[in-house]
Amino acid sequence: MIQLRQKSSLFGALLLGVALFGIGCKDKEEAKPSGTGKTGETTDTASRGNTVTGDTIKIGEYGSLTGDNSTFGISTHRGIQLAIEETNAAGGINGKKLELISEDDNSKAEQAKTVVQKLVSNEKVIAVIGEVASSRSIMAAPVCQDAKVPMVSPSSTNPKVTAIGDYIFRVCFTDDFQAVVAAQFAWDQGYKNVAVFTDVKSDYSKAFGELFAKKFKTLGGKVAAEPTYQSGDVDFKAQLATIKGATPDAVLIPGYYTEVGTIARQAREVGLSVPLFGGDGWESDQLIPGAGIALEGCFFTNHFFSHDMTEPHILSFIAAFQKINPGKQPGALDALGYDAAKVIIEALKRAKSLDSVALRDAIAETKDYQGVAGKITLDANRNARKEAVLFKIVGKEFKIFKSYRPEQVGL
Amino acid sequence: MRWLLGRIGVVVLTCAILLVANRLLIDNIKEYYISVLVLCGLYATLAVSLNLINGITGQFSIGHAGFYAVGAYVGGAWTMLMRPLVVKSLPILQTGTQLGDHLNLFIALVLGTVCAGLTGLLVGLPSLRLRGDYLAIVTLGFGEVIRIVILNMDVVGGPRGFTPITALVNDHGIPLVWVFGLLVVVVAFSRNLVKSAQGLKFLAVREDEIAADAMGVNTTRVKVTAFVIGSAFAGAAGVLYAHCQTGVNPDSFDMNTSITVTTMVVLGGTGSISGSLLAGIVLTALPELLRYDFIKDYRMVIFSTLLVVFMLTRPQGIFGHREIALPRFLRRLIRKKENAP
Repeated sequence: MIQLRQKSSLFGALLLGVALFGIGCKDKEEAKPSGTGKTGETTDTASRGNTVTGDTIKIGEYGSLTGDNSTFGISTHRGIQLAIEETNAAGGINGKKLELISEDDNSKAEQAKTVVQKLVSNEKVIAVIGEVASSRSIMAAPVCQDAKVPMVSPSSTNPKVTAIGDYIFRVCFTDDFQAVVAAQFAWDQGYKNVAVFTDVKSDYSKAFGELFAKKFKTLGGKVAAEPTYQSGDVDFKAQLATIKGATPDAVLIPGYYTEVGTIARQAREVGLSVPLFGGDGWESDQLIPGAGIALEGCFFTNHFFSHDMTEPHILSFIAAFQKINPGKQPGALDALGYDAAKVIIEALKRAKSLDSVALRDAIAETKDYQGVAGKITLDANRNARKEAVLFKIVGKEFKIFKSYRPEQVGL
Repeated sequence: MRWLLGRIGVVVLTCAILLVANRLLIDNIKEYYISVLVLCGLYATLAVSLNLINGITGQFSIGHAGFYAVGAYVGGAWTMLMRPLVVKSLPILQTGTQLGDHLNLFIALVLGTVCAGLTGLLVGLPSLRLRGDYLAIVTLGFGEVIRIVILNMDVVGGPRGFTPITALVNDHGIPLVWVFGLLVVVVAFSRNLVKSAQGLKFLAVREDEIAADAMGVNTTRVKVTAFVIGSAFAGAAGVLYAHCQTGVNPDSFDMNTSITVTTMVVLGGTGSISGSLLAGIVLTALPELLRYDFIKDYRMVIFSTLLVVFMLTRPQGIFGHREIALPRFLRRLIRKKENAP
C-alpha cells in the first residue's frame, strides 16, 4: 500500500507535468482564433505607444535609490528632479505641467524590469529615464522598446545598451570612446610602455582594458604587462610587483574607486612610482580618502563636468542645484541626470504631438544641445557624441587637465 | 483504484483552475502585475524547495541561489546556444510557434532541473556529512563559487549578464501557467513526501539524527536526497526565471538572494510547506505593494520593520511546524455547519 502510494504520488506529479504541457499545446489551438485579434492588437500598438492624457505629462524614472549602488541612483535622481522643477516653474510645456514618477529598483536587475513595466503599462509615462548601471538598463530596455516608449539613460556607458532598439538613447559617451581617449591621452603624454591592470569581475573594466590596448598598439605604444585582480580583493602586491618588474611608464587601472585607492597605496609601498590613470569609475568622494596622497598627480577620464567650471550655464546649474540641496556639490551623475531629463524636455517642446512615438523622433533629432555635462548630439546609434575630459588629481581636488572631442581621437 | 481516480481528478482540476485563471488574468490585468505574480511564483517555488532541505530534513543550507543560477544559465544556454544547433535537424523546435516555444521551454526545464540536481549532488555528497553551522558555511561558500564560475564564463556573458534570452512563450500570460504549474508540482511533491513512509526518514533525521542513525536510517543518503531534490527544483525555477525575464545577470544570484529565500522559509515556519509558500508570495509582493504615493520613500524601512515585528511576535514563523490545508479547512467548515443548527 505504501509502495503504491509512493508510486502514485510520483505518477501524480508526472501526470500534472504532462497535463501542463498539454495545456501549452491546447493553448495553441485556442489561441488561433483569438490570435488574429492579438495580431490586430499588435499592429495597433505599432502606432500607439503612450499618449499624454489629462493636464500633466508623466515622465518615469527608475533608479537605484536603495541597495548597493544607492549613491549613484540618488545623485541621478537629484539632477532629474531639478530639471523637472525648473521646467514646471517656467510654466511647463504647452501649459501642461511635468510629473516625475520615480521608482526604486533596489539596485536589482529583476526589479528594474518590473518597475519599468509598472511605469510603462500602469502609469502610462511618455518617456523613461534610467538607469546608471548598464546591467540594469539592459534588462529594462526591452520593455520600453516593446511598448514604444523612449528610454534615455543618463550614464550607462556599455555599448550594448542602445543596441537594444531604436527607442533607447543615452546622453553619455560609451566605454569604447572612453578607452580610446585614455589611449590617445597616454600617447600624447609621451608614455610608450603602459601596464594595464584590469578587474576580471567587471565587464566595464575588461572591455576598457582590451580597447585601450588595441588603440594604444595602433598608435605605436607597447603594453608592458596585463595582470588582473577581482573587485573585493584587498591585497594587490603580487600583481604590482609584476608590474614594477616590467618597468612601465604608466599604469592604467580601469576599475572602480573602491579598489583603486587601495591599489594606489600598495603601488607606492612596493616602490612603483609611475603615474596611474583610469576611467569614470574613479569618480567618487571616496577616492581620495581611500588613496591618501598616493594618487597625487594621477589622471582619469570622465564625463565633461566639474563644479569648478566657470561657463555661465554651469554656474547657473550649480546655483539652482544648491538652492534645493544646500551645502552639496553636484557631481557628474547629477549633471547627467539633469541632461537626460532636459533632452526629453527639449524634445517634448519640438515633438509634433504629445505621444511617445512622436517624442522618440524628436529625441533622435537632438543636435548640439548644450547640456551641463557637454554638448549633446545623438548619432544614428542613439549614443551621445560628446567630449570626454581628463581630470588631474591635485591634493583633494579633481582639476580639469585636458579634453578630447570624438574627432580628435579618430572617431 | 478509487484512490487513483481521485488523484487524477485532483490533477485535472488543478490544470483546469490554472488554465482558467491564466485566461482570466492575461486578458484583464496589466503586464506589471503579471510580472509581479511571476516573481511571487518563482520565489514561492524557491522557498518551498529550500523548505525540503531546511525545514523537512532539518539541515541548514544558505546557498540556494547557486542552484537557482545553475538552472537559469543552463536553461538560457540551451535556448540561446544549443537550440540553434539542434533546430536544423529538428525543425519542430523552431521558436515563434506556440508548440515550438513550449517544447523548447520544456526541454530547457528538464536540462536545468537535471543539471541543478547534479550540482546539488556534487555539493551535497561531501558537505552533508557536516552539521549545523559548518554546513551553512559550506553551502554559502558553494553558492558563491557557482556565481563566480559564471562570472568568469565568457560564453554566457560573464559579468555583463546573459542577455537576451528569447522570450520563448511570446504571449506574456503563458509564463504564468508554467510558473504556477511548477509551484503546484513542488508543493504537491513536498506534501506527498511528508505524508509518505519515505518522508518519515526525512523527519526522523530532522528530529534526531543520532536516533535515526541508530534505527537504521542512512542519514547521509536521506540528507543528500533532500538536497538534490531541493536543488533540482531551484534549478527549475531558475530556468523559468531566465525565460520570463528574457535575460539573467550574475548579480541576481548573489548571497542576498540566498538569504532572502532562507528568510522566507524561516518566516513561514521552518518545516511548514504552506508557510514557505505563503511567506514566499508575501515577501515578494509586499515591497511592490508598498509602492504607494507617499509611503514609497519609506518602503524599505517599513518592509524591514515588518520583518522584525514578525520575528519578534512569532519566532516560530507564521505557521510554525503546522500546515494549513484546504481539505481539512473545508471539512472543518462543513462540520461547523452541521453542528450549527
